[in-house]
Amino acid sequence: MKPKTLFEKVWEQHEVAPETADTPAVLYIDLHLIHEVTTPQAFAELRSRGLSVRRPDRTLATLDHSTPTDPAEVFGRVPIKVESAGRQVKEMEKNCREFGVELFGLGSEQRGIVHVIGPELGATQPGKTIVCGDSHTATHGAFGALAFGIGTTEVGQVLATQCLLQRRPKTLAIEVSGRLRDAVTAKDLILAIIGKIGVSGGTGQVIEYRGSAIEALSMDERMTVCNMSIEAGARAGMIAPDETTFAYLKGRRFAPQGDAWARAVERWRNLRTDSGARYDRVVEIDASKLEPMITYGTNPGMVVPITATVPDRPSDAIHAKSLAYMGLHGGEPLLGKPVQVVFVGSCTNARLSDLEQAARVMRGRKVASGVRMLVVPGSQQVKREAEASGLAQVFTDAGAEWRESGCSMCIGMNGDTVAKGEYAVSTSNRNFEGRQGAGARTLLASPLTAAAAAVSGRISDPREFLRS
Amino acid sequence: MQPISTLTSRTVVLPFTNIDTDQIIPARFLTTTTKEGLGRQAFADWRYDASGASKPDFALNRPEAAGCAILVAGRNFGCGSSREHAPWALLDYGFRAVVSTEIADIFRSNSLKNGLLPIVVDEQTHAWLLEHPGVSLQIDLQASTLTLPDGTAVRFPVEAFARYCLLNGVDELGYLLQQGDAITRYEQTQS
Repeated sequence: MKPKTLFEKVWEQHEVAPETADTPAVLYIDLHLIHEVTTPQAFAELRSRGLSVRRPDRTLATLDHSTPTDPAEVFGRVPIKVESAGRQVKEMEKNCREFGVELFGLGSEQRGIVHVIGPELGATQPGKTIVCGDSHTATHGAFGALAFGIGTTEVGQVLATQCLLQRRPKTLAIEVSGRLRDAVTAKDLILAIIGKIGVSGGTGQVIEYRGSAIEALSMDERMTVCNMSIEAGARAGMIAPDETTFAYLKGRRFAPQGDAWARAVERWRNLRTDSGARYDRVVEIDASKLEPMITYGTNPGMVVPITATVPDRPSDAIHAKSLAYMGLHGGEPLLGKPVQVVFVGSCTNARLSDLEQAARVMRGRKVASGVRMLVVPGSQQVKREAEASGLAQVFTDAGAEWRESGCSMCIGMNGDTVAKGEYAVSTSNRNFEGRQGAGARTLLASPLTAAAAAVSGRISDPREFLRS
Repeated sequence: MQPISTLTSRTVVLPFTNIDTDQIIPARFLTTTTKEGLGRQAFADWRYDASGASKPDFALNRPEAAGCAILVAGRNFGCGSSREHAPWALLDYGFRAVVSTEIADIFRSNSLKNGLLPIVVDEQTHAWLLEHPGVSLQIDLQASTLTLPDGTAVRFPVEAFARYCLLNGVDELGYLLQQGDAITRYEQTQS
């Protein structure tokens, strides 16, 4: 039999009808994650056509994007301050009620960022096809699922038919050899990968991350890597499931139980890429040579090691436009640049181990004066665990704001924003112009680097804070 | 969806590479629950200053941009977020086609589903278009050609099924609903 890649196996297992010259494949979707921002128009479409949700049991709904993270707003003690966001939340509650979809809503202990709760609940599993009206759906590929972001029209299609029409993408293997050094995190790795292949380097392709450095990562770290696949333009990012994956999933609410668990693990073990299988393209990276990374521009591919200077390209007008927005000059060092905001959160870096990383730097230190630090757990479960273990206390003692879960300052549509002209070191995934608020200047980095900026008030090398 | 087969229009040019969907429609406008009326907010942070006044220098605000239905943009247009609000905003503004050397996957897919043509051309054609804003182009979807003012017809790729849907103004959901029996059979083999 022809050797196959992980992607090919998952794809072929989900073909209701394979593609032809005239028609795309009909691809079955095992799990549909939905949230309040990209679904109202899809439910409206179902209503106007008199359609129902085909598989409410395969649909998982939550509130995260436009939902506030201020506890008073979340628990209804004060109105949601972005009025239209409040209406959107109400609309989601109504849609889920009317179409019979379980909603992990405002009062739910399971609520959180859609890409944090899927894995946390064990709904994300190897070999599944998973979609969501959100480009960071690639996160779930960390489990060996084929997971990708879709638009609202497609959300409607999946709600009504549990299927999508898809052309088969190409495959790109990113082979990461060696091991990450201490203080160099999964976030630094994926930023370095995007810097290497570029923000459209993955267009039309599904990435499989593989090699010794990937195998050594925890599930949280693998999710950080897969999460940002879209920032390289890729359709999806995947990592072959292994013992680390199985250990993470065992016993979780939606994971197979009892005898079904052993059968599932046996099936999942067969998903890894066969030896001799071919990818359309292969890129190699040595993890042991990487340093902590930080972005300096207005897309995630504009990234350098934290000790580097801002690249100088005087003849490149687009580079100049980006630097002008950022208020930076080619040739200047990034280290030492004052920052006003630090954000630890988002579907990229708001799981418990991310908060532990930030706390490694924060413990016994204070947020520098003039700096606002927001720590926003990825889910209510992460929040509870961080509070129980004393982690939350580290942040509040330091003077940071500790919030309810949600997308918060990553997307700036829920009341949490960065002001015009301010520099924010952010553990999120996008440094686009205005992403965190009109005129906001975002520098993407790891939780360690973000915490180092918080306590020093400047862009700082996190290694300095881990030695002492 | 409005069927589309041919389009003749002057172009407006945004020469920047990697124009992401946060520029096309900033996230703060995504708290809407309808598709309509987003055109006013297309490129909001590039079009308006902090007081809401139009910035006269921005290409879309110049008098010659009025009525242009073809947007020519730098490489990798529409990267970033999956928000379908991006093509909704461009369509509501009045665009029916976007021309670039590379168009991001999800944006392209969303555009096709709404009757906004994502047109990928070669580097040379693209460079010429960037240097000549305001030229009149003809797009023929059936033939998959874009015709330059000198009569040169440049072919562009378009997926066969998407082209069928665009030409006939039909959407994919109808086709998927017709697959109901096959979907049921698939589900039975999986349980």
